[in-house]
Amino acid sequence: MPQHELILLKNMMQPGYTGSLSDYEKSGGYQALRNTLGKIAPADVTTIVRKSGLRGRGGAGFPTGVKWGFLPKDYHGPRYLCCNADESEPGTFKDRQLMERDPHQMLEGIVLACYAIGAESAYIYIRGEMVLGSKILEQAIDEARASGYIGKNILGTGINADVWVHRGAGAYICGEETALLESLEGKRGLPRIKPPFPATHGLYNKPTVVNNVETLANLPHIMSRGPEWFAAIGSPPKSTGTRVFCVSGHVKRPGNYEVPMGMTVRELVYEYAGGMRSDKPIKAFIPGGASAPFLTPAHLDVKLDFEHVAAAGSMLGSGGVTVMEEGTSMVWAALRLMEFFYHESCGKCSPCREGSAWLVQTMRRILAKRGRMEDLETLLDLCKNIAGRTVCAFGDAEVAPIQSTLKHWRQEYVDLINEAEAANLIRPEPVGRG
Amino acid sequence: MTFSEKYKDEIADILSRYPVRRSALIPLLYVAQRDQGYVTESAMQEIAHLLRLTPPQVYETITFYTMFNLKPVGKFHIQVCKSLMCALVGSDTVIEWIKVKLGIAPGESTADGLFSLTAVECLAACGTGPMMQINEDYYEQLTEDKLDRILAELRSTGTSQLKSGPFMWPEPAKKG
Repeated sequence: MPQHELILLKNMMQPGYTGSLSDYEKSGGYQALRNTLGKIAPADVTTIVRKSGLRGRGGAGFPTGVKWGFLPKDYHGPRYLCCNADESEPGTFKDRQLMERDPHQMLEGIVLACYAIGAESAYIYIRGEMVLGSKILEQAIDEARASGYIGKNILGTGINADVWVHRGAGAYICGEETALLESLEGKRGLPRIKPPFPATHGLYNKPTVVNNVETLANLPHIMSRGPEWFAAIGSPPKSTGTRVFCVSGHVKRPGNYEVPMGMTVRELVYEYAGGMRSDKPIKAFIPGGASAPFLTPAHLDVKLDFEHVAAAGSMLGSGGVTVMEEGTSMVWAALRLMEFFYHESCGKCSPCREGSAWLVQTMRRILAKRGRMEDLETLLDLCKNIAGRTVCAFGDAEVAPIQSTLKHWRQEYVDLINEAEAANLIRPEPVGRG
Repeated sequence: MTFSEKYKDEIADILSRYPVRRSALIPLLYVAQRDQGYVTESAMQEIAHLLRLTPPQVYETITFYTMFNLKPVGKFHIQVCKSLMCALVGSDTVIEWIKVKLGIAPGESTADGLFSLTAVECLAACGTGPMMQINEDYYEQLTEDKLDRILAELRSTGTSQLKSGPFMWPEPAKKG
């Protein structure tokens, strides 16, 4: 395995590291906080983070320092930080590891972010299913509070930042930042129409920043080692730092691998994840979670950074890399993801709510060998009328599996339909009742 | 004893975390679910009263989230992930095993009320699939043997040693 420096997973890879406060302190933990609070002006912290080039690790990849800069400077009421720990993008399981194995790393990041944006309260919105993770975090918060790293008058600087864990309750859409805020306010998790953005009207209509776990976990390192160090890692100038890629699917050693951005999928799969499970060639992969369009073996040498993956027609998203071997039915795979989106559509916008049901039914019909050739046009037409016509990005995400598989593996759809026609199995039914 | 009397201190602690009372709704519903295994109508009414909401405001919220049970479920609620990443490594087979071993299909419970089975969407353990969640615990990298042991241990002791601890995969290579 090629060697490069680990940043986020470094501590937890040490034998015997438990993630306790004393272990974290021994590794140099909370030094960044000591050297920042009251010593570097909050606006300068934002500048440092902007210079580092750090971009959001949740999916959209928005520059973190720029996001912080959108908060109103002349507003003196409360501000909030929300840590998005709702990790629910299929294919993604990095935040779970960052929270359960090294909770203080992200807590230090949370306090640093609170200081930079002037927030005195932070909520960690963790997905409801991760009961163990929420317990570990609560224990870590208690430890940190007892040692003066969290709470009132942190380290005697007069700065306050309290942190609470708030469990979600099983809704994918609550990973969307405005749905997360609605959910945190005790409501149904329906995304809000933007603008206004959370930076001005967020939690309780107050200026709010929502950052992903991995994004926040990078902050102590950036503050300790400087923005130039961070900006030189990975694929500068636009994709700096490392990513914790979550490799799943038909590989020998699935799991979380932290590598500098800009590594190719081929390297990730064959040099880190041990190659393919049954040594069959790769047929398809998803580079950034279920919302990212499928790519083909022709894209194996695409660099895993924001720009190159986007140029290849997909997105780096959440860093969930799912690999499928030769022999996998792409219609089946697209349907599995479509069923996920159908289940998780929040129901606010009709194109997504109704369209996802139609897409699932049409796909099921094709896979059951009862499809008709015009179903392919119906699918594309539905996709076109969902994407870009919804309040949040869910609409764009849910059409990705079908659009991309139809683009790269259209013949598989056609073969299934031809089989249906040859067997004279067609029982024409109106789309929507298939 | 009413819900609010029984959990007086915990409720006060939850309410203290939020500047707006309604934010305490999901945390309080979790307390109610822990108490009875599902959220009863009377608990919902009490929570509405505590948060100065109308009962429909509580109901509209609770019905949005899949983790709240509005009806009693089995003592062990088995939720098998069926999303693509787990399906690639055999989650459909796991569901078939459970169907045969317990005689229940997704959505059903065993007659003795011990087990309920649900096929659910992604639980964020895609690298260690196939996997399932039973009550609060994750069970990953399932095989038929492992499943047998988990079910037997749950039956006899009410818990299983095979549940996941703090997650890390792959584990660090041993030195030497």
